[in-house]
Amino acid sequence: MLYRENGQFKASYRADQQIFPIRQDRIALVALLLIAFVLVPLSAPEYLFRAILIPFLILSLAALGLNILVGYCGQISLGTGAFMAVGAYAAYNFQVRIEGMPLIASLLLGGACSTVVGVLFGIPSLRIKGLYLAVATLAAQFFVDWAALRLKFVTNNSDSGSVSVAGLQVFGMPLDTPAEKYLFCLVFVAVFALLAKNLVRSAIGREWMAMRDMDVAAAVIGIRPIYAKLTAFAVSAFIVGVAGALWGFIHLGAWEPAAFNIDRSFQLLFMVIIGGLGSIMGAFLGAGFIVLLPILLDQIPQWFGIPLSTATASHLTSMIFGALIVFFLIVEPHGLARLWSTAKEKLRLWPFPH
Amino acid sequence: MGFFLETLIGGLMAGMLYSLIALGFVLIYKASGVFNFAQGAMVLFAALAMARFAEWIPQWTGVQSPLLANLAAFVLAMLVMIVVAWSIEKLALSRLVNQEGVTLLMATLGITYFLDGLGQTLFGNDIYKIDVGMPKDPVIVAESLFQGGILVSKEDLYAALIAAALVILLALFFQKTATGRALRAVADDHQAAQSIGIPLSTIWIIVWSVAGFVALVAGIIWGSKLGVQFSLSLVALKALPVVILGGLTSVPGAIIGGLIIGVGEKLSEIYIGPMLGGGIEIWFAYVLALAFLLFRPQGLFGEKIIDRV
Repeated sequence: MLYRENGQFKASYRADQQIFPIRQDRIALVALLLIAFVLVPLSAPEYLFRAILIPFLILSLAALGLNILVGYCGQISLGTGAFMAVGAYAAYNFQVRIEGMPLIASLLLGGACSTVVGVLFGIPSLRIKGLYLAVATLAAQFFVDWAALRLKFVTNNSDSGSVSVAGLQVFGMPLDTPAEKYLFCLVFVAVFALLAKNLVRSAIGREWMAMRDMDVAAAVIGIRPIYAKLTAFAVSAFIVGVAGALWGFIHLGAWEPAAFNIDRSFQLLFMVIIGGLGSIMGAFLGAGFIVLLPILLDQIPQWFGIPLSTATASHLTSMIFGALIVFFLIVEPHGLARLWSTAKEKLRLWPFPH
Repeated sequence: MGFFLETLIGGLMAGMLYSLIALGFVLIYKASGVFNFAQGAMVLFAALAMARFAEWIPQWTGVQSPLLANLAAFVLAMLVMIVVAWSIEKLALSRLVNQEGVTLLMATLGITYFLDGLGQTLFGNDIYKIDVGMPKDPVIVAESLFQGGILVSKEDLYAALIAAALVILLALFFQKTATGRALRAVADDHQAAQSIGIPLSTIWIIVWSVAGFVALVAGIIWGSKLGVQFSLSLVALKALPVVILGGLTSVPGAIIGGLIIGVGEKLSEIYIGPMLGGGIEIWFAYVLALAFLLFRPQGLFGEKIIDRV
């Protein structure tokens, strides 16, 4: 009864084209942002930031980037971890090798390097399609894994192969406490989510979707496949690269190539699929699901006081995780975002059935 | 020259082993359009079952002969794989009919996690041995032609021969038996096959069981080579470039692709690797496959992809 657009008339084109056409959605979003920016930093315990909120934000950002490529442009990529790694290592090199480099600049430059690599590995997509492309993107994954492990200049000649950053500052303010780091990530996520949402509503976003739905038909009506596919790869790789740099700099602090291995790529793809392909909202829902699920699964035996060896527990977690993934795909192949929009649809008519 | 030939032969034999795993992918993709990422997990699962049953059977029954124990373990492991195939079909895939390729791919990734967890919960997570009497010592051939001769690993040679035999067996099964004919019919056109009375779900269980059989053989060969442990499931990642290089829908493609990747990998590791700092095997295979795909996007022997509007 509360959630409906009756009586909300649009008097201008501007009003007609806004992102959230329904007033209640706008109020909810403002409330959510207020909670995220004000309430959470003031009240949440440190564990929550470290273990859940910061990983959730950064992985949502990465999932957002991947969703542009997979969900909007229809190019399956199994090499997301590689683009994250490129972003992280490039940002690291900018940060370490250039004296007085601002943090935000190195993060964005990391994203830019990731863009270049993304476009490079996106070129085959003009010839290779579907599952063949998915497997071909693994080339990026393994190549970058190898480069981070073997090429010395990537890790700034560190002996152990692991790199670390310390003493991060933004505009002269140190980034030390989890709450500060959380806010820093949140700003990035909010800005990129807004940009991405507008991008997918614009001409280029519609070109991507046309490419996804049927590339030959799209080409016939005058959409350039080269341009559409490569921009999708570029935008996606940029966002994923920034997310990778954040993951390394803010979440991990010190990392090894294994932080961005193929499991990370799969994890992100899970987020996108479970959250919902072709939905900005879906990236957040999927990331929340995949971040929380293993943590919850780890906790459950403790709640019931069942003693389990760590090995058994991790195998059981892996089993339940796999089973839940399959279950979700069966129940709702279009992802959590679809459930969300169905719920909203129902809410508009509530309490009447139709 | 002798060294080059040695590398070449080593590569060919390694390639045969990759084809063995690639074969599992191709069988399932052909018949059901599912890109089965779980093939690696199935290899691990089968190998674990085989290794543990071979260990347990003498304890349970008191049979001392290793041959009998191995045979019984093989049969039991095969039964387990059929149960796995049946469950995958009944519980997961039959409910995902008509979904997009990427959704099915993700479902098999979920199955991968499940099988990895289940296998290690049931059978333990140490490193186990499979001993089916594969000879370990290398032989030296063609000593008269080259100085020092060519070193050939007997184990790899046997493995390659077994792989070749398996391929011939599968080819006969597909070409000569009624079930094989039904499988090919389903692969060609699901609806047409269904309309003449071929039961799809039975066919899919059979295909997954055959893939389970291939996984078992691959698991035994790889397991006796490397030991049965979690990393065994990663050999699937080495077989992926083979699959796309040869074409997802082609059994001969899996073989030829395996040979090309095997040889390319070994030669590149020897001749290009040192220039780049070594360890290039893993990505070189993918880049090689990518290079081939740029000229033939459907793989060497895959069915031509025709775009229709």
